[in-house]
Amino acid sequence: MPEGYLPILVMLLVTGAFATIALVVSAVLGPKRSNPAKDEAYESGILPFGDARRRFPVQFYVIAVLFILFDVEVILMYPWAVSARKLGVFGLIEMAIFLGILLVGFVYAWKNDAFKWQ
Amino acid sequence: MDWINLVIIPAVKSIVLVIVLLTGFAYLTWVERKLLGRFQLRYGPNRAWRFGLGHPIADALKMIFKEEIIPGHVDKVIYVLGPALAIAPALAMFAVVPVGPDLTLFGRTIPMVVADVNVGLLYVLAMAGVGAYGVILGGWASNNKYSLLGALRTSSQMLSYELPMGIMLIAILLMTGTLSLVGIVNQTLPWYFRAWILLAFPFYFITVLAETNRSPFDLPETENELVAGFQTEYGGIKFALYYMTEYLHMIAASGVVVTLFFGGWRGPFVEQAPVLGVAYFAAKVLAMIFLFIWVRASLPRVRYDQLLKFCWTFLFPLSLVYLAITAVAVVFL
Repeated sequence: MPEGYLPILVMLLVTGAFATIALVVSAVLGPKRSNPAKDEAYESGILPFGDARRRFPVQFYVIAVLFILFDVEVILMYPWAVSARKLGVFGLIEMAIFLGILLVGFVYAWKNDAFKWQ
Repeated sequence: MDWINLVIIPAVKSIVLVIVLLTGFAYLTWVERKLLGRFQLRYGPNRAWRFGLGHPIADALKMIFKEEIIPGHVDKVIYVLGPALAIAPALAMFAVVPVGPDLTLFGRTIPMVVADVNVGLLYVLAMAGVGAYGVILGGWASNNKYSLLGALRTSSQMLSYELPMGIMLIAILLMTGTLSLVGIVNQTLPWYFRAWILLAFPFYFITVLAETNRSPFDLPETENELVAGFQTEYGGIKFALYYMTEYLHMIAASGVVVTLFFGGWRGPFVEQAPVLGVAYFAAKVLAMIFLFIWVRASLPRVRYDQLLKFCWTFLFPLSLVYLAITAVAVVFL
């Protein structure tokens, strides 16, 4: 069965080749007239100051952590979803318990204002 | 190994698909500008050739002949890799979407899909996920404050909306019992399941708008606060690649939505003339794209905190409820 995925690989190679060709062709064809102003960061016309990689709001991090938590849950549900009819009531109850535990975490995060942007 | 069926035919199909998608993208920009113009009671592009049909070609030529600037403050490798990493998965996403019934050509039966793999939907989700890397890496490598903020916003937005989307997909998967998009189109569900799937469409469409960074969820490139978001430092072909990615995501997402909710290439008289299937599919995808543009012309952009709150405190619980009802229905019906 793994050879059934070969077409996907072929497709990825074709799209990758397109991206590479586009970048290379443009780099070859375009003019090359560099000057110091073109090398600067764009900051709406004022002189750029400092590095961009400074501290940023922790909220982005919270969202990312929550995503990992719930996405793992979602991924675990895929195999169950495909065979739900075979697993029947047993699978349903198992999934309900699993979801219930995760929902407690979700409610906890919600009550702690994790989704409120400060 | 069956080289002809596994490598040569898919290669031909991939190249044709990429060409069709790129042409589609070029004229989609024209369609969008024209439609937006009409929505706002103006003409839209009408200079180059008739009805402005030459504009996409002129745009492409201009982009190719632009100077390639790599500013001094950027992370060079990742900066160049960003657009490539965004465009490749956006193009490849379409590989598992069937655009029509099997055609017979030169005595061979050719399925109108590049790869009929049994993890189709997961593949679509995976490609959407990899596409987010292109945006985030590009924004980070630019080493520009606007870009970084745009990239961070994109990451949070795309991650958040992936959850309700994934859960709604699981619900659909419960009903269809297969992940393969070809299998989903070929199967006939009882009417109550089809009605139930259609009920999820408005909410799924909202998550698609957010995943493709389309208005009203185009927070990654809010012009009025972040200049151009993650692509501020990009110009020439690299900017064009990001621009293409947005539109290709739109086309691919429309293809997936049409396949999941509206029967893909199905329509009257498809059994008699398989070619009609491709036409139906294209028509349905165009209708979906019109919906995207209509939404863009009608709705103002949402605020960032509203965007996240709406996802986590409305869409996510709602999709869980939808999933629970579906699961009970599937097991007991």
